[in-house]
Amino acid sequence: MNRTIKRVVAPAGAALMLAAALSACGAGNEDTGSAGSDASSSGESLSGTLSGAGASSQEAAVSAWQQGFQSANPDVTVNYDPVGSGGGREQFIAGGIDFAGSDAYLEDDELTGAKDRCGGNIVEVPTYVSPIAVIYNLEGVDELNLTPAVVGDIFEGTVTTWDDPKIAADNPDADLPNTAITPVHRSDDSGTTENFTDYLDQTSGGTWSGGAIQTWPIQGGEGAEGTSGVVSAVQGGDGTIGYADASQAGDLGVAKIGVGDAFVEPTADAAAAVLDESTQVEGRDAGDIAFTVNRTTTESGVYPIVLVSYMIACEKYEDAAQGELVKGFLTYVSSQEGQEAAAKGAGSAPISEDLEATIRPIVEKIS
Amino acid sequence: MSVDTSPRTTGPSGLGDGPSLKQPSLPRRTGTFTAVAAVLLALGFRALGFGWVPAVFLAWLVVVIVVPLWSTSVEGSRKAIDRLVTILVTSAFALAMVPLAQIMYTVVSNGASVMGIDFFTFSMRNVIGEGGGIYHAIWGTLLITLATTVMSVPIGVFTAIYLVEYGANNRLSGWIRFLVDVMTGIPSIVAGLFAYALFVVFFGPGVRMGFAGAVALAVLMIPVVVRSVEEMLKLVPNELREASYALGVPKWRTIVKVVLPTALAGIVTGVTLAIARVIGETAPLLITVGVSDSVNFNIFDGRMATLPVFAFNSIQSPGFPPGPSIDRAWGAALVLMIIVMLLNLVARLVSYVFSPKGER
Amino acid sequence: MSQTTSKSERPVVRRGDRIFAGISTGAGILILVILAGVAVFLTIQGIPGIAAAPDEVKSGTSFARFVGPLVFGTLYAALVALIIALPLAIAVALFISHYAPRRVAQVLGYLIDLLAAVPSVVYGLWGREVLAGQLVPAYRWLDENLGFLPFFAGPFSATGRTFFTAGVVLAVMILPIITAITREIFLQTPRLHEEAALALGATRWEMIRMTVLPYARSGIVGGAMLGLGRALGETMAVAMVLSASGVVTFNLISSTNPSTIPANIALQFKESSGLTINALIASGLVLFIITFAVNFAARWVVNRRREFSGAN
Repeated sequence: MNRTIKRVVAPAGAALMLAAALSACGAGNEDTGSAGSDASSSGESLSGTLSGAGASSQEAAVSAWQQGFQSANPDVTVNYDPVGSGGGREQFIAGGIDFAGSDAYLEDDELTGAKDRCGGNIVEVPTYVSPIAVIYNLEGVDELNLTPAVVGDIFEGTVTTWDDPKIAADNPDADLPNTAITPVHRSDDSGTTENFTDYLDQTSGGTWSGGAIQTWPIQGGEGAEGTSGVVSAVQGGDGTIGYADASQAGDLGVAKIGVGDAFVEPTADAAAAVLDESTQVEGRDAGDIAFTVNRTTTESGVYPIVLVSYMIACEKYEDAAQGELVKGFLTYVSSQEGQEAAAKGAGSAPISEDLEATIRPIVEKIS
Repeated sequence: MSVDTSPRTTGPSGLGDGPSLKQPSLPRRTGTFTAVAAVLLALGFRALGFGWVPAVFLAWLVVVIVVPLWSTSVEGSRKAIDRLVTILVTSAFALAMVPLAQIMYTVVSNGASVMGIDFFTFSMRNVIGEGGGIYHAIWGTLLITLATTVMSVPIGVFTAIYLVEYGANNRLSGWIRFLVDVMTGIPSIVAGLFAYALFVVFFGPGVRMGFAGAVALAVLMIPVVVRSVEEMLKLVPNELREASYALGVPKWRTIVKVVLPTALAGIVTGVTLAIARVIGETAPLLITVGVSDSVNFNIFDGRMATLPVFAFNSIQSPGFPPGPSIDRAWGAALVLMIIVMLLNLVARLVSYVFSPKGER
Repeated sequence: MSQTTSKSERPVVRRGDRIFAGISTGAGILILVILAGVAVFLTIQGIPGIAAAPDEVKSGTSFARFVGPLVFGTLYAALVALIIALPLAIAVALFISHYAPRRVAQVLGYLIDLLAAVPSVVYGLWGREVLAGQLVPAYRWLDENLGFLPFFAGPFSATGRTFFTAGVVLAVMILPIITAITREIFLQTPRLHEEAALALGATRWEMIRMTVLPYARSGIVGGAMLGLGRALGETMAVAMVLSASGVVTFNLISSTNPSTIPANIALQFKESSGLTINALIASGLVLFIITFAVNFAARWVVNRRREFSGAN
């Protein structure tokens, strides 16, 4: 080997050795080397790997649950792929994952497939409820009341300035400027869009023509990628209005939405309350709690624009240990503690105690 | 950055003393004066209540109009046009520097706040809100880039050897050379889709693994390696090869023992620059590797975090509250930029230190 | 090498040579195989997406209607970027090659190269968080004063995340590529031509116009097309900056814009499954064909020039 080669190779070798030295230790906050090694020593705690996939809306909540569950059971690893609701349901039916998160409950034909996969009944429980806020950025206007019909008008593009009489009618005290309205919507596929358009479809009384659909149906307005994109777009302009998970609203204005005769803010309580107003889908098994959200409620203190996301699992797993793991995880997820964790980590609305009481025995049955 | 032009165009000051040859011209330091005047004008407009951008633009406009007019009146229109072009070309360069400066400033000022020991030694596992770090993403980027390099360098170097030493100018080498050039223009997302489509065939839908990302990056890296190594091998003087052949050394040993070592510094530079080119790629990794919040050392199984995707993902789904996550995204972007710039610096140092004396 | 045809001499040596030559040739052919593989695998995975019925994919339309506006958006964005970047790149290249003092020219060139080193995510962040907001006043002005032109028809976007902003970000990204190529070619201008022009009393600009630019014309065309190819395929910056809604419009400053193929793939891929993924891969195939054609043409132009200049 000639000298030039050595001169080049030596530093490269040194760099490699440095890298190797670094690799000896895992991340400072990760507990390495204990995966399954001393699982049997402590009787109660679980061990193993749990894989799920599905809605990206649940991602932040799932990471909160991961944290709580993995801290309580250090030998457990929970993986969650935010591949989208459809992908999650598909992978669950194909048998690739242990549980799925989904913004929509299983359709009938999917239900058949899922039962085939599980070789029995499935468990489907709503564990994540998040209010979708109508956020806006308009100088000098701190409070805004909007009826569903006006929201439909705005996002349809038929009301184009903030001083439109339709808006002014519900906001007699506000000093509305004649700024143009820039409606901001999600440009990617999302459960948020689906729930928002479903709400408009049912309540706007015809001012919204797009129907309930996952990808923004109307051409026009401003598109932004992801919840954060919508928030940053609304922040970036004057006269902008958009919809996003209430937790992400930050210091933007949040519109009160007309429900019945009153105007309601998207608080966690008001969002959780809508599930008590909603009806369960009929003809489902006992372990399958699917809600049709009651968007048209007129009950006071209820906020009807919510995203309800489900956890889907099997009632019985071939591998009993895996069943225990799923049961443990879902028990934690639907518990008060788990719901609190999600509220803190993802800004979701904890499910009501009644609903929790309904879910508990269902999850208990998983084996 | 003086706008001052060299003597040969400012005026024939050195050409003889005859008055007939002496043309009227603007003062020699006109360029500097122009720059100073422009700055003062900009400050003046700013003081008049304009925003920074309009102020600078107006000042520029005044200079662009006044200097050529002045020049026309003194030196004639040919010189005036020359001055105008000089101003335009110089301001084009200054304009091109604006985004660079702004990007640097934005990334550094936003990313510096999260820097700390924890940021480099923690992963995102079990982290909600503040804290956490990019340890897992650094490892993911390192391992995937390493796998990419291990695949690309042999293929790239051997192809370059074929092109320079064996292919000579036959038709196959012509096509390879041409298609490698075309390949440098493959969009990164297409490379990612290719890797996905390839791995789906073997692993089924929804496959995510570090190796798939490495394959996608290799598609992007190989042509860069081929081109730079080919250039370097071409620079090796033919006399060296012929001397070796004359001593009875077979061709392949000549390549290994004479040609490659001679070109080594250039090859290392080229490979380093190629690494710098692919290490910041986001789109292919987003599709093939996904994200993870834990350290994953196995590139053949499951998702991995990488710096660019980590930065993208932290911005796109920041969780609640969003602040700390967005800070981490800027931090990761800063680290990534530092890595890329360091690679560029190393590449240039290698070529500077090891290049034969007398060149450059 | 094999001048001597006698088979008995040095068989060992020739075997080593043959193996080495085989590996080298194999590597070269492997590259062709990879390139073919890209086309083949995209086609295999893409065809189901092209053939899919409208109700089987998320877009809800036939493939042609799904990809049509995206192709338009991709070409239009790249064109806007090129129109902004090309004059700037030529000027910057001229500055470095013929205006800047010799001593600092290389450093200035390195500064421009740094622009190529910035990861595209960072460009996206910068475009979305910094540049978009700063361009809003300009859009207001354009809307008010040049609104009669279809490009500035408005209504101007209040957030600045417009097609023009995306074009500016793309332009900054392709600037170093075009600059690098044109700079090289400017520097190759025969010294004698330049000095002859100066000796005849030409000003510096006249010298450049008469010698450098004609000499570099095809290099500029090639560099521009390579930049165009890069702009066509750029993903993250557009995905993060542009407010897209799948329309076909020439309006540059409103918030309703066509999307581009790569940005659309990056945005939709994560949440897609089944045939929708195939449709996205098929749109990737379309992008591949477009960029391949552009790069093919660009290299042809550049290479033809190279052969020609060999005679000089």
